[in-house]
Amino acid sequence: MNLDSKSPAGPIDKKWESHQFEMKLVNPANKRKHTIIVVGTGLAGASAAAAMGELGYNVLSFCYQDSPRRAHSIAAQGGINAAKNYQNDGDSVFRLFYDTVKGGDFRARESNVHRLAEISVKIIDQCVAQGVPFAREYGGLLSNRSFGGAQVSRTFYARGQTGQQLLIGAYQAMERQVAAGTVKAYSRHEMLELVVIDGIARGIVTRDMVTGKIESWSADAVVLATGGYGNVFYLSTNAKGCNTTAIWRAYKKGAAFANPCYTQIHPTCIPVSGDHQSKLTLMSESLRNDGRVWVPLKKGDKRAPDQIPEAERDYYLERKYPSYGNLAPRDISSRAAKQVCDEGRGVGETGFGVYLDFSDAIKRLSEAKVAEKYGNLFEMYERITGENPYKVPMRIYPAIHYTMGGLWVDYNLQSTIPGLHVIGEANFSDHGANRLGASALMQGLADGYFILPYTIGHYLVTAKPGKVSTDHPEFKKAEAEVAARSSHFLGMKGKRTVDSFHKELGKIMWEYCGMARTEAGLKKALELIPKLREEFHKNLNVLGTADEMNQSLEKAGRVSDFFELAELMCRDALERRESCGGHFREEFQDEGEAKRDDANFSHVAAWEYTGDDKAPKRNIEPLNFEYVHLQTRSYK
Amino acid sequence: MKLKLNVWRQKNGASQGQFVSYDANDVSKDMSFLEMLDVLNEELMGKGQDPIAFDHDCREGICGMCSMVINGRPHGPQKNTTACQLHMRQFNDGDEITIEPWRAKAFPVVKDLAVDRSALDRIIQAGGYVSVSTGNAPDGNAIPIPKQNADRAFDAAACIGCGACVAACPNASAMLFTSAKIAHLALLPQGQPERMDRVLKMVAAMDALDFGGCTNHGECEAACPKGISLENIALMNRDFLKASLGKRPERAASGD
Repeated sequence: MNLDSKSPAGPIDKKWESHQFEMKLVNPANKRKHTIIVVGTGLAGASAAAAMGELGYNVLSFCYQDSPRRAHSIAAQGGINAAKNYQNDGDSVFRLFYDTVKGGDFRARESNVHRLAEISVKIIDQCVAQGVPFAREYGGLLSNRSFGGAQVSRTFYARGQTGQQLLIGAYQAMERQVAAGTVKAYSRHEMLELVVIDGIARGIVTRDMVTGKIESWSADAVVLATGGYGNVFYLSTNAKGCNTTAIWRAYKKGAAFANPCYTQIHPTCIPVSGDHQSKLTLMSESLRNDGRVWVPLKKGDKRAPDQIPEAERDYYLERKYPSYGNLAPRDISSRAAKQVCDEGRGVGETGFGVYLDFSDAIKRLSEAKVAEKYGNLFEMYERITGENPYKVPMRIYPAIHYTMGGLWVDYNLQSTIPGLHVIGEANFSDHGANRLGASALMQGLADGYFILPYTIGHYLVTAKPGKVSTDHPEFKKAEAEVAARSSHFLGMKGKRTVDSFHKELGKIMWEYCGMARTEAGLKKALELIPKLREEFHKNLNVLGTADEMNQSLEKAGRVSDFFELAELMCRDALERRESCGGHFREEFQDEGEAKRDDANFSHVAAWEYTGDDKAPKRNIEPLNFEYVHLQTRSYK
Repeated sequence: MKLKLNVWRQKNGASQGQFVSYDANDVSKDMSFLEMLDVLNEELMGKGQDPIAFDHDCREGICGMCSMVINGRPHGPQKNTTACQLHMRQFNDGDEITIEPWRAKAFPVVKDLAVDRSALDRIIQAGGYVSVSTGNAPDGNAIPIPKQNADRAFDAAACIGCGACVAACPNASAMLFTSAKIAHLALLPQGQPERMDRVLKMVAAMDALDFGGCTNHGECEAACPKGISLENIALMNRDFLKASLGKRPERAASGD
């Protein structure tokens, strides 16, 4: 497998500029001759559909929800980074680039990251122009706040609902194109297969989730913007419908899957309350601007928080990482929380929780000011737990939140399948082994508004894909495969529901491929998962038919793909014998801090599918760090 | 807790629906409303019965997908709370709970509790945006916006597009939804160039989509899980009046 990143030559701050000139353009009058499929309508998908529609391309947009505005980007809370340096505190494009590469624990491609930092400033401008109601200072200019892993205030935000407002901006831009006729939007349509003809991505097969109809769609290029695969753990901060199917199907058709074991655990989520738990709710990282994280100093201290005097509290993030304190990056903060809970100093009924305390902030700023910054988050917390965070400290615990792994893409965001482009969280992206807060929103919009519209034109001119009809046998074959899978799930008439398998898979993954991984644990998981998967394919109980709305059938397909992905993740975690970012191997650490092995693992692991019952092949893209020199990532 | 649930079941858009009763046993007060339904669905499937279909996704009160009328109130009894954020500690042992889909001509039922709300997308398509193509924008700080305007615009922009307002309204009017978007953009400098045009087009679209008219019941604001204010309807009405009075005929295309 040839993993040519196609990074342009030249100094890093000139690569994108020169590339934009080097890339071929599609004549304005010719754009309308091309049809492009975009699957997913989150920040990346909606912005890409809008931008390509504005340019004059014909776009077919698909999402599984009842409207494009439901994509899970809507739930992102804290903010979006940009190197504007409005706060005059030392920010710059180079510093954002540097912080992101370092934050990614030196496992990202430098050229992609620098481009991201360059584009970040334009994103803010575009969103403001769309009417996104970012927070403003009294003088009328944009506000900023700090986020984890940064010592500058470069995050733009809209209260605790930044993702919502950015997505609504992109959704509105997309709906303008729907009205203009350049974008056709198909809601309640789930992509279940990628169609590849003569090695080139030529279209998709979808299932209409209301009627069950299986349909083929052909296009000149296919774009996947289908988000992350955190739901392989069952419990995550993802929406219930989020899944890996689109990118997994692409993987099985030849798209390399990079670094699947790089999963991000967010340190501040509301803890699990019982077996019925269906998802975990994020409490934005922005809260760590003002909240202080602590646990009792002594093991087994079960006193109410207001009964524990200052001297008997361990503000462990401030103690361990003085220069970043409560704003230490996510992977580091999550492991620190796990460590204190494993020591028996956790809080709450289950002992799996730490305090995020706002009493100092409330004293310093006033309750009204704290409400202004975080109002909706505090309300959300109270609704879910019944506790008032203005009066008692919030209880939080780490949870799966984001996946840095995804389909491998080159500098043009194209996968190893010509014609198949991948954007947003669905690609293995620019975050390396750990994503900094407020950079997912930045990456999704950078990919969709400012990168893909250029690179897709270049693909269309250089590859000249031509037209293909959905009558082509490959489409018919794909439709038959999709129908066969449905029949298989419906036909088993076993004893266990999809959710029961999903929960069990999730527990295995959280236990053995979660925050801390070991060789023995990963090997154990690689025994347990295939066994459970085998049972899944024999003992599943899915009622109803395929020709109606059937939510169990939908889930069955997604969980089936999660089973296969889970194995790949464990394999990837096993092979990567080092710790970096979100991938922590207990065997490779320095007193709780991740210990990288740059000599042997400074590369991307891009997995290649070789068949259902065969081991996948591990290909390598070496990573060179010319501008941000390899160093131990310290936040002390 | 033990609860009795009366749930609307409907096979599809073409079928008649009806209420069916179920017993929910062993409901924990820490469960969310939807988790209670998940547990019920697992039981039903175990007995070979078709599970209840309902829309949901984020389960955090922000995507707007969950849409059930609980004891006659869209999203249930707790103020400013979506159905997915409603937790069972709001109910008591022995309670009887009626669960139905949004009821509106413009929202046809798809199955059981799930409805088709694409009419809301069509209102947005009619003008709920600023016509600025990508790459065109001036610097983010080029136009200062008074903080209170930005805050008011945010309050209106916080609408999650769930349609509870339509479901609560005796006329099934979409005024609150439409006015929230109109107000959001009317309060910002970026929305000014198209402000008059936008209100006329969006109201026309709303009317054409089988929503009812507004007779100032105020049920919408009371049901809205995000606290969207009736003030937005007032702003929309003012803009509509101004736009209607000031409307100039379309410029005829000159062709030779």
